[in-house]
Amino acid sequence: MNNILEVHNIVKHYSAHTALDDVSLSVPKGQIFGLLGPNGAGKTSLIRIINQITGPDEGKILFNGEPLQEKHIAQIGYLPEERGLYKKMKVGEQLLYLARLKGLSKAEAMDKLKTWFVKFDIKTWWDKSIEDLSKGMQQKIQFVATVLHEPKLIILDEPFSGFDPINANLIKDEILELRDKGASIIFSTHRMESVEELCDHVALIHKSKKILDGSKKELKEQFKNGTYTVEFTGTLSVTESIFTIQEIKPLEDTVQRAILKLQPGTSVNQLLGSVMNQVDLRLFSENIPSMNEIFIRAVSS
Amino acid sequence: MNNILLIIQREYLTRVKKKSFIVMTILGPVLIAAMYGIVIWSAMSSISQKSVQVLDESQLFVDKFPASETFIYEFISGDLDSAKTAFKGSGKDALVFIPKSILINPKDVKIFSEEGVPFDLQNGIENAIEREIESIKLTEAGITRRVLEDAKMNVESQTISLKDDSEEKSSAAAASIIGIASAFLIYISVFIYGAQVMRGVMEEKTSRIVEVIISSVRPFQLMIGKIVGIGLVGLTQFLLWIVLSFVIFNGGLYFMQDKVMDAAQTMSQSQMEQMSPEERQIVEEQIAGASATNGVSKALGALETLPVATIIICFIIYFLGGYLLYSALFGAVGSAVDSETDTQQFMFPITIPIIASIIFAQFVMKDPNGTLAFWTSMIPFTSPIIMMVRIPFGVPLWELALSISLLIAGFILTTWIAARIYRVGILMYGKKTSWKELAKWVFYKG
Repeated sequence: MNNILEVHNIVKHYSAHTALDDVSLSVPKGQIFGLLGPNGAGKTSLIRIINQITGPDEGKILFNGEPLQEKHIAQIGYLPEERGLYKKMKVGEQLLYLARLKGLSKAEAMDKLKTWFVKFDIKTWWDKSIEDLSKGMQQKIQFVATVLHEPKLIILDEPFSGFDPINANLIKDEILELRDKGASIIFSTHRMESVEELCDHVALIHKSKKILDGSKKELKEQFKNGTYTVEFTGTLSVTESIFTIQEIKPLEDTVQRAILKLQPGTSVNQLLGSVMNQVDLRLFSENIPSMNEIFIRAVSS
Repeated sequence: MNNILLIIQREYLTRVKKKSFIVMTILGPVLIAAMYGIVIWSAMSSISQKSVQVLDESQLFVDKFPASETFIYEFISGDLDSAKTAFKGSGKDALVFIPKSILINPKDVKIFSEEGVPFDLQNGIENAIEREIESIKLTEAGITRRVLEDAKMNVESQTISLKDDSEEKSSAAAASIIGIASAFLIYISVFIYGAQVMRGVMEEKTSRIVEVIISSVRPFQLMIGKIVGIGLVGLTQFLLWIVLSFVIFNGGLYFMQDKVMDAAQTMSQSQMEQMSPEERQIVEEQIAGASATNGVSKALGALETLPVATIIICFIIYFLGGYLLYSALFGAVGSAVDSETDTQQFMFPITIPIIASIIFAQFVMKDPNGTLAFWTSMIPFTSPIIMMVRIPFGVPLWELALSISLLIAGFILTTWIAARIYRVGILMYGKKTSWKELAKWVFYKG
């Protein structure tokens, strides 16, 4: 079983609209799975179904090969986008409570909490009320609450919101460390640069339907348009059988930058050879689309 | 199940540990006891003797005023002007002037005092004079005071209920008081603890922790855990109140009893010293009678006639039933709104039956076995309050059983409805909810 989670043909209707329309996806073990989509696409509905907060109208979900059921709750950690903690409760008490709700014994929870309190250097916070902490501090506590019970599947909805860059980095490193330790992570966000940085696999939901799914590499391969950027000095003229020039502009001094499109049936070597014959080459690179471009192109098409 | 216990534990402990809970629990009975204490203490401490000079021109009353716990009379002679001058600086509390023509002009009595004349002094003197004039006039008519006392009979009735073939002394007054008091207590506590459930739900919703929690537990578990936890807080408070009141009441009674007895003895002694032997005998009889039926023991006697154990057990059952029934609805309201101000439109229809019951309670108290009493004590929305009014008067077992069964069915129904609204409501943010929508939520699936 290589997938921690398999979603098969999920349909979810609300009274006025359909939130999920025949959505299927697989989350591979030990990877960071980016669940992307514009606002209102149905991401939260899907996440709530995986968390068993609501049930699907149709379809089934397998967790580690078994139909999803109540006992799996303890193996999932969920950081919702709309997050919060009991404001009047003490940090330590609150984390203990949340961990015990996930099925840890008091002693186990205590043990694990100590590790995290040392790791994040927050030992002095134990007896503080949540309302006395800054927003960033609260987010840290919330992150600890999400992963404390060492879930096999961690679902993070916009985990970096509310963090300054330093703490965002700290959390990012934690996420990567959790993955390296074997946890699978579903990562839902709008921030494409963190998708680029973190995700191994991406699915895109748009208007209740899944429109894209694949590893980051596959998607980039799929969205590549066969263009290359070259920087050179000299004059470049089109060789019809090999490439066309899409765009050309001067950079500085005599250096120019051009975007070339490879003609079908020709190889990169031929292109490179043809260009090298004409100009003094400074830079040659393939144009690989960013996740941001892929997102925008997929959604707007 | 384990999770429900955890939730109950959290709800209970966070509330019981609050300062406001501890303060209310201790202060409640102490305040009530202190209030009674002050009333009794002030009543007793005002019994400081006042010495009163009496200038009786008519000579009808000389040495006829009996000294009492409150007043000592000293009869003087001479004219009013010199008496007035002598009175100043004499340290006496008042000077009473009775004119010669008192029998003809009973309004000519004058009382002088350095500061204002206290009402009880004026009253006491007027009564003493009236009594003497009455005596004089009766004697003229050939009737002695003894004959008159014999003619006055103090009638007191005992109410006896014929139930289960055994005669039980009952006290309608005590039953009414206990009934309405416990009904009122249920009324207040349903409001207080129901509102706590509502606020607890809203706190979880507005702080957004609810989504974290319900990824670990079912929404129903969270709701029930909260309701039960807060209910236990209520029970704890009642239990502590009962224990504390018991301690304070008994302690107070022990302390007060001595004083009451002392006061009664000194009063009777000082009175009797000034009485003729036959009068003394009457008074002694009266005191013997009085001490048997004095206020405290009378109240205690009335209490003993009531089915105290039944009342306490029923109180707990009806408190729990009423609380569960209403707090589920309060919880549903809390889940449907985003802020306290939005609660108004939903709170109103829920509170109507509670408020109506406390109004019905006044009528039920007057006719505890009537048609209104019967039906309102069967309907689960009103029965927790109305039944408490009826129980001290005695309710047939089958009615009690039916009413409790209906109440249980009632709160299972409201909890079911509330849970359906709750599970949808807690995840709806930033949307104004209407009644129509609430009704829809009840029938949502999944």
